[in-house]
Amino acid sequence: MVESKQQWKAWLYLAPAIVLLLIFTVWPIINTVRMALLENYSGLKAAGGATFNFGIGNFEKVINYRRFVQCMKNTVLLCVFTVPISTLLALLIAVALHSIKPLQKALQTIFFLPYVTNSIAIGMVFAAMFNIVGSFFGTENELIVTAGIINNVIEFFGGTHVNWINYGSSYAANMFVMIVYIVWNALPFKILILLGGLTSINKQYYEAAKVDSTPRSRVLWRITVPLLSPMLAYVVITGFIGGFKEYTSIVGIFGERMGPASDSGRMNTMVGFIYDSLSNNNQGRASAAALILFGIILVVTLINLQVSKKRVHY
Amino acid sequence: MKIVLQNLTKAFPSRNKKSNEEVIAVNNFNFEIPDGKLIGLLGPSGCGKSTTLYMISGLQKPTSGRIFFGDDDVTELSTENRGIGLVFQNYALYPHMTVKQNIMFPLQNLKGQDKLTKEQMLERTQEAARLVQIDGLLDRKPSELSGGQQQRVAIARALVKMPRVLLLDEPLSNLDARLRLQTREEIRRIQQETKITTVFVTHDQEEAMSISDMIVVMKTGIVQQIGKPQDVYDDPANLFVAKFLGTPPINVFEGRVKGGMLYVGPDAVMEIKGVSDQAVTVGIRPEGFVPDENGPLKCKPVNVEVMGRDVSVVSTHEASANPFVRSIINADHKVNPALEHVRYAIKPHKIFIFNKETEERIYFEVK
Repeated sequence: MVESKQQWKAWLYLAPAIVLLLIFTVWPIINTVRMALLENYSGLKAAGGATFNFGIGNFEKVINYRRFVQCMKNTVLLCVFTVPISTLLALLIAVALHSIKPLQKALQTIFFLPYVTNSIAIGMVFAAMFNIVGSFFGTENELIVTAGIINNVIEFFGGTHVNWINYGSSYAANMFVMIVYIVWNALPFKILILLGGLTSINKQYYEAAKVDSTPRSRVLWRITVPLLSPMLAYVVITGFIGGFKEYTSIVGIFGERMGPASDSGRMNTMVGFIYDSLSNNNQGRASAAALILFGIILVVTLINLQVSKKRVHY
Repeated sequence: MKIVLQNLTKAFPSRNKKSNEEVIAVNNFNFEIPDGKLIGLLGPSGCGKSTTLYMISGLQKPTSGRIFFGDDDVTELSTENRGIGLVFQNYALYPHMTVKQNIMFPLQNLKGQDKLTKEQMLERTQEAARLVQIDGLLDRKPSELSGGQQQRVAIARALVKMPRVLLLDEPLSNLDARLRLQTREEIRRIQQETKITTVFVTHDQEEAMSISDMIVVMKTGIVQQIGKPQDVYDDPANLFVAKFLGTPPINVFEGRVKGGMLYVGPDAVMEIKGVSDQAVTVGIRPEGFVPDENGPLKCKPVNVEVMGRDVSVVSTHEASANPFVRSIINADHKVNPALEHVRYAIKPHKIFIFNKETEERIYFEVK
């Protein structure tokens, strides 16, 4: 313990961090709650001297918006698919990477590259890969040539091209592209964490398993996964939090339209909804949506923690 | 199941990339381990005893030489197919499984005709747990057990699949002194009950001497001596073995043989036959000293430690290679530490002489 005479020094050293946190974190949080609870709050009108009544009208409106419900559905679907898929893939890749010796460092670097690449740029590359060339605007002469490497591959193997993201594409196709993209984007961080966890597992457990002629799949599920469970829990929890905040990946693929040309805003997410509300000068609505998002993430994380209490072996 | 080690050699590539010198961990090891015996591999750290054990287990591949289990050549066989049980130094119990799950784990891996039903597995598990006396702890996690209990679980896990060979890597080093005594008796008992050929590695000579049927003393990858513990103690092949076995350790002196007389420093200790005149290293076991007013060896006492039945006399001698000479004598003899000198007679079978350069034993006859 710091002696009480010395305490002012401790506070002094902490002051820069505390001041910055108060200005840029604590106050915005308080302000968000304030704006959410003022009916139809708008920053522009407030600057003009308008006053707003206190109430929960913003929340009611947000929940009743059909677009908000669509955003919520998109977000939840993305989370439900991408988190388990990416975690499982990351686990398998990490175990494979851990077990090979030659080129391990080189492959680790390659698998980590997506993490340091701009996600908008990756999105544009993915959009190009899933593209079909023809008309983007649904004129008579559409789809004369297929470009886009994915469709080329499908056609090479004798399949018919799929309209993934262009005009007139289906919701399922859009969702599929988003899931592939988000999973790919989420892998590096998860692989890194799991690989770190793997290196810290005592090798003797594996030698013991070997002595007992344990099949490889059993080693993975009965030894590696339980011993890795703290890392897995961390990866899943942060995965859900990240998933609920998904936004840039949609922009990367579909642009600010947040959906195919035929149905703008179809792939919008909750964070996207908040941005839209902000740009419409509707800070009250945006704040209410942000608080709802916060509530959802809180509940999901609590559920995660509760589950991991039973499943995680520290 | 007897184990035969034939010209077993293990060389590790050098860490230093510039020099291509290999590190020879085990050098040309030949030994036939008889069926159903308890064998102690003994030596200071880095002597290659653990490497030998791991080669028997298959976790490490020998550079050259062959290993046989019975008549089967298992040199190329992978660990999985050798049918061994291995107890690791730190036990390597799976921390997330209960004791029962840990012990049952090897059984669940059995395939084909060896496959067991759930009831059989449970029965075998309980049988193994009873053998090591942990049947009351089956639902605990390893972290809830003491070191000795964990050790037993590890042994049970190694025994439950009825291995052809049981290997123990420093099984007692993580236990406190009292538990160590108790556990080594346990290992002896379990081995005698199961009659499984067992090899264990230790750096503690007392441990190896007390429970092994045979001990193998190793130094820098080379086997120094193999034999029954008492035989090796009574008849060491070289100075290293003589020094390594026995607590307190053997007393080493500078000596020489001249005209059929063995001298320790200036003291003519005894007349011997069959050794030419040369400078030698003399080893005398602490229990080889007998206080005798007319004894030939003259020491200056420093301290007398009474240990109940025996008395340990610490003294100095000008030819001693160590600062002190330690002798264990019967408590009936009274030695006054204030005396100027104490004289000893030496029991002839407790004195060994070694070549000064090679440190090999020189055998002699007492005249």
